Amino acid sequence: MTAPGAGRDVSSAPATTSVARRRRAAVLIFPAWGGGMSGNPARGARRALGRLVEAVLASRGEANAVFDILAVLQSEDQEEVQEAVRACSRLFGALLARGELFVGQLPSEEMVMAGSQGATRKYKVWMRHRYHSCCNSLGELLAHPSFQVKELALSTLMKFVQLEGEHPLEKPKWEGNYLFPRQLFKLVVEGLLSSEEDRSLLLSQFREYLEHDDIRYHTMQAAADTVARVTDGRPEVHLIFWNNAFTLLSSVSLPRQEGDLSSFYVKHVELSDKWKVVHLKEHRKAFQLMWLGFLKHQLPLRICKKVLVIIHDAILPYLAQPSLMIDFLTRAYDIGGAISLLALNGLFILIHKHNLEYPDFYRKLYGLLDPSVFHVKYRARFFHLADLFLSSSHLPAYLVAAFAKRLARLALTAPPEALLMVLPFICNLLRRHPACRVLMHRPRGPELDADPYDPGEEDPAQSRALESSLWELQALQRHYHPEVSKAASVINQALSVPEVSIAPLLELTAFEIFEQDLKKGPESVPLEFIPAQGLLGRQDDLCAQHFTLS
Amino acid sequence: MGKARSAGARGKAPGAPAGARGGRTRPNPNPFEVKVNRQKFQILGRKTRHDVGLPGVSRARALQKRTQTLLKEYKERDKSNVFKDKRFGEYSSDISPEEKMLKRFALEQQRQHEKKSIYNLNEDEELTHYGQSLADIEKHNDIVDSDSDSEDRGALSAELTAAHFGGGDGLLYKKTSQQQGEEGEKPKSRKELIEELIAKSKQEKRERQAQREDALELTEKLDQDWKEIQALLAHKTPKPEGRGGKEKPQPDAYDMMVRELGFEMKAQPSNRMKTKEELAEEAQARLRRLEAERLRRMLGKDEDERTKNPKHVSADDLSDGFILDKDDRRVLSYKDGKMNVEEELGGEASASESAEEEEEGSGEEGDPEESDGPDGHSDLESDVGSEDGGERAEEDACLVPGDIAIADDGGAREAARTELPYTLAGMVSLFHGFPPGTGVSLIARRQQFCRPRVLLRSPESYEELKSLLSGKSVEEQLLVVERIQKCSHPSLAVGNKAKLEVRSKLFGFLLEYIGDLATEDPPGLGIIDKLVVHLYNLCQMFPDSASDSMKFVLRDAMHEMEATVESTGRAAFPGLDVLIYLKIVGMLFPTSDFRHPVVTPALLCMSQLLTKCPVLSLRDVLKGLFVCCVFLDYVSLSQRFIPELVNFLLGILYTATPKKQSQGYTLVHPFRALGRNSELLVVSDKEDMATWQRRRLSLHWAAGPKAQTKTEANHTRLSCLAVCLALVERCVRVYGALPSFHDIVRPLRALLTEHLADSSRPRELQELGQSALTEMESHARLCRPLVCEKSKPVPLKLFTPRLVRVLEFGRKQGSSKEEQERKRLIHKHKREFRGAVREIRRDNQFLARMQLSEITERDAERKRKVKQLFNSLATQEGEWKALKRKKFKK
Repeated sequence: MTAPGAGRDVSSAPATTSVARRRRAAVLIFPAWGGGMSGNPARGARRALGRLVEAVLASRGEANAVFDILAVLQSEDQEEVQEAVRACSRLFGALLARGELFVGQLPSEEMVMAGSQGATRKYKVWMRHRYHSCCNSLGELLAHPSFQVKELALSTLMKFVQLEGEHPLEKPKWEGNYLFPRQLFKLVVEGLLSSEEDRSLLLSQFREYLEHDDIRYHTMQAAADTVARVTDGRPEVHLIFWNNAFTLLSSVSLPRQEGDLSSFYVKHVELSDKWKVVHLKEHRKAFQLMWLGFLKHQLPLRICKKVLVIIHDAILPYLAQPSLMIDFLTRAYDIGGAISLLALNGLFILIHKHNLEYPDFYRKLYGLLDPSVFHVKYRARFFHLADLFLSSSHLPAYLVAAFAKRLARLALTAPPEALLMVLPFICNLLRRHPACRVLMHRPRGPELDADPYDPGEEDPAQSRALESSLWELQALQRHYHPEVSKAASVINQALSVPEVSIAPLLELTAFEIFEQDLKKGPESVPLEFIPAQGLLGRQDDLCAQHFTLS
Repeated sequence: MGKARSAGARGKAPGAPAGARGGRTRPNPNPFEVKVNRQKFQILGRKTRHDVGLPGVSRARALQKRTQTLLKEYKERDKSNVFKDKRFGEYSSDISPEEKMLKRFALEQQRQHEKKSIYNLNEDEELTHYGQSLADIEKHNDIVDSDSDSEDRGALSAELTAAHFGGGDGLLYKKTSQQQGEEGEKPKSRKELIEELIAKSKQEKRERQAQREDALELTEKLDQDWKEIQALLAHKTPKPEGRGGKEKPQPDAYDMMVRELGFEMKAQPSNRMKTKEELAEEAQARLRRLEAERLRRMLGKDEDERTKNPKHVSADDLSDGFILDKDDRRVLSYKDGKMNVEEELGGEASASESAEEEEEGSGEEGDPEESDGPDGHSDLESDVGSEDGGERAEEDACLVPGDIAIADDGGAREAARTELPYTLAGMVSLFHGFPPGTGVSLIARRQQFCRPRVLLRSPESYEELKSLLSGKSVEEQLLVVERIQKCSHPSLAVGNKAKLEVRSKLFGFLLEYIGDLATEDPPGLGIIDKLVVHLYNLCQMFPDSASDSMKFVLRDAMHEMEATVESTGRAAFPGLDVLIYLKIVGMLFPTSDFRHPVVTPALLCMSQLLTKCPVLSLRDVLKGLFVCCVFLDYVSLSQRFIPELVNFLLGILYTATPKKQSQGYTLVHPFRALGRNSELLVVSDKEDMATWQRRRLSLHWAAGPKAQTKTEANHTRLSCLAVCLALVERCVRVYGALPSFHDIVRPLRALLTEHLADSSRPRELQELGQSALTEMESHARLCRPLVCEKSKPVPLKLFTPRLVRVLEFGRKQGSSKEEQERKRLIHKHKREFRGAVREIRRDNQFLARMQLSEITERDAERKRKVKQLFNSLATQEGEWKALKRKKFKK
């Protein structure tokens, strides 16, 4: 097989860039694979490509073979594509390392070809253009259906990023200027943040590059740019993009402490103090920009939930100015339902650590309490937080009483596993605030016609909870489950001083209680002494009244 | 050194201050050497250790020690040869000199012995015992001599001791005085006395020897005689024994008779037959007792007692039996508190009534069965059904012959044929199963023999049971189960655990079979209905295994649900089998108990069904309502509160409401305000509404996939709604007494009023709703402020003193034992360290002194020598000068 450009003049050879040539190259290569190595086309391709690469690297006269290699990148066959990607990686890797690509602002191809510069310069510019198109097609390959190809393309691009960083294609403007192949890297990030398909697997591959400080820094910048570009002017953005973006963003994690940021992907001889990449502060700024840019959009609820779940320990601590998150959090808090519950956590951190003034926090928290609170998935988290919020002993008694009363009201509809948690919770509230003990002990109080507590009132101060008593707990003493009944009976006596830790009760599930009940219980099994007569039982049984077997 | 010695040389002087220490006598030191550390105050209990010191003495001692050790070392510092004293124990002071000598002697002996014995084969070393050669002793080892010696070896006679070891003058005198009394006035001197004593003892000894020799001779003679006779006896020995056995008189027939009669069991007076009234009374008493037990369990008093068992006993307790304790008072309040008593009485009365009704009911039901059954044996069965005990069953087992014949004649011939092989196997296994010789097994065997062929062994696996039952009609199946049940009565296998185990498994198999029947299409509800009775009987026989298998079944159902809930967050309503299991639990076990090993999990299971399973179809509604009914039946006696049930009924009512205003209530989890199923029960067809007649819901339909026509579906919807309303009413009636009743039913009321506003409903439904509403309104809203129980007043501070370990003075206090120990060790280490430093310093001083003295000594020597030299030189010079002068003179 002969390289198409063999024997031509170096200066004139690269001038032809027609598509027809490419086609021809492909046609030239394929028959050879089909005929000679029909048993193993991949190996044949590898050999052929290897020969081409060596030819190009050996002499500039063979440069036109690059077209053939690039043409295979568009092949249908997955194995061929892989071989081509490898070949590209080898070829341009070597060229980059040798410095045979044009350095500086890239002029357009025609201009150079037409101009009367030296043959070497022409060759370099032409090669740089080939390199450029190679990168572009690799970027397209990131959307290839096969995961192996994607992975390979990603690693090749990252290799180019590394090499280009070490042998920059631009001239440094001044001595010690920090150079990073931003364009190329942006190409990678854009490829990752696709709007068409879920790239979570590829993103998890990409995660290992994020260990390097410089990659992380530029990823944050590129991601912020990409998000801004994609959402620009478009009201509706596809959920897949948000998913990809969230996966990428959430996998960025900054170091906690101000150490020296020295694990760089692009190796530098020495790090200058003037570079922004070296400072954690700059990283934080970029991080903040990225997240704020992401969160200012109207996110789908699912993404919103995901962000809220990680916000308290993966985002807030790393922001340069955490209080900027308040917009997002208040917006989320006003959505209602589970999202509000989740937003609580972030808000609490802001209030607690960053001196955020949030009016009517407790009023809103009070509003969040509705019967569904015992049935949602985030029950444990919510009650953990509520416990935290209400742990202060400086809260006014009316507020605590309102909370206790409302929780007790809700307990009338709760399943046993929630009751086992919420009853000690209420008792803890009463323990913390002795002023609220009137709820369970009001000697010589007047007999009332109705409960003075107003469940419909939104303001805890107006709910008149302090005038009421916890009759709900008294009702729950007749609960069918023995443990619940016991827990509710605590209010019959004066409360013991130490609080009951509710932490182990938060995650309690009905199945756990079921298992516990199966295990314990008296050794002897009492039996029913009234003999059975039939499946539906006796005449006066409800089952017999309302059901028939026929 | 010199001082110390001089101090030691001086005589003793009593009362010297140094003597005060430790009571050890000390040479009285020079009073100028004694240093007294004066104490300012006498402190009681403090040990003073350093009140008096002898600096001179101690210094001298230290010096002496140093000269013995340090100086020696110093002097030998450059020497490589060391003199070693290897004598045994020369420097150890714990061995006394005698021991030392003995050991040394032993060592010496050993050394010699070892050296010799290498070559000396027949050494003649004599072994001795108490100085006597062992060889000699061996020669007459069996001589009786030793015996006699042993007689008085232990205790020497008083005389002897008195004589031998002086001192016993008194005794001697006494003796002499006695002798004097005997022999008259004959004073003897001490010497005479002793001589006499010696003579006496010698004589005694001689006599004893003589006696011993006689005895010896006699025994020898006897021995010889015996040997002569033995030869004669040798052949005859076996004979006398055999003859002795034969000589026993043959038992007479008469004797045998007498004995047999004597041993035979006497006829015992049996209890007289009880009259009907007595029987009824007994039954009632039993019921009353059971009911009382049930009530006690319902109130959960056992648990309280169990937890309260360890009682605190106050230190002020006079232990006079007077207890001012909670237990006592609780009993009192129990009597005083009206609520308690009323409730209990009422409950008891109603329960006994219901029990009576029950009995009547069972009697009534027994009759039709009798007529149904193939022959007259069914009243026995119903008896077994109504009685829990096993006696009846056993009676039954004995009465079987006729029974079996009937069974054979009846329609179950085919069954009998298939049963035959099992019968044989069962009999054989029964025979093998019983250990021979036990009374029980005898009885069982007798029963076995009087039993005819048809006997079923209890199946050992579920497959076996299934193969027995499959493909038969309902009656046949029932008959088979009944047979098996009778054969597997525990009293037939008393003392045979393996057998019992096998039989107790039957319950589990039957349960499984019922589950299979329920999941079949169409479900075999008719058979289940009948099988339940057998299950009940089996449960009475094997409560433990019944509860175990019931738990197992429930756990299975829960696990299945848990898995789906974890993966999808919701679960579908389970099949009919789980519902039937839940219902069966309610029939086998008392559902009113505060805590019950089977019922409590079953309650939780139902709660899960009502909260986790979304209602997606009419079938789900039906199943949910069935669960509700079962749930309410469970708590019908104990009247416990079920939040989930109220929620569920609310949801069902909601799905039946056409135009929703959604005010005053919120739906909880399985139901959603909006969505596909939010109008599941709404019926808009007027005609269907008009033609609807209230009917009971069909469980059968709930299981099968049988489709319904639209009208039927609408009718079912309306029936469901009716059931739901009835349940609401029931709830209202049951929970009316709860303190926050109105808060509980508020959402229900809001929905009901909405319902009533819609007047297109059938009248019956309207009436139901109306009655529920009025019932709700009728309950008074009474809110009495809560008041805690008066807690026991905190007792005054007791007079028992607080015991704190008294620590020694000067110790650090108020820390744990380990800490104290650590501090002590640190202190000790510091002290020792200081002491060591001081010692080293003193050693150095001592050495320096020694070196100095050496140097001065050397210098003095040199000086002396120089002086000597100068001297000699001067004399020489002098001589020389004198000579010179002489010469000059000359």
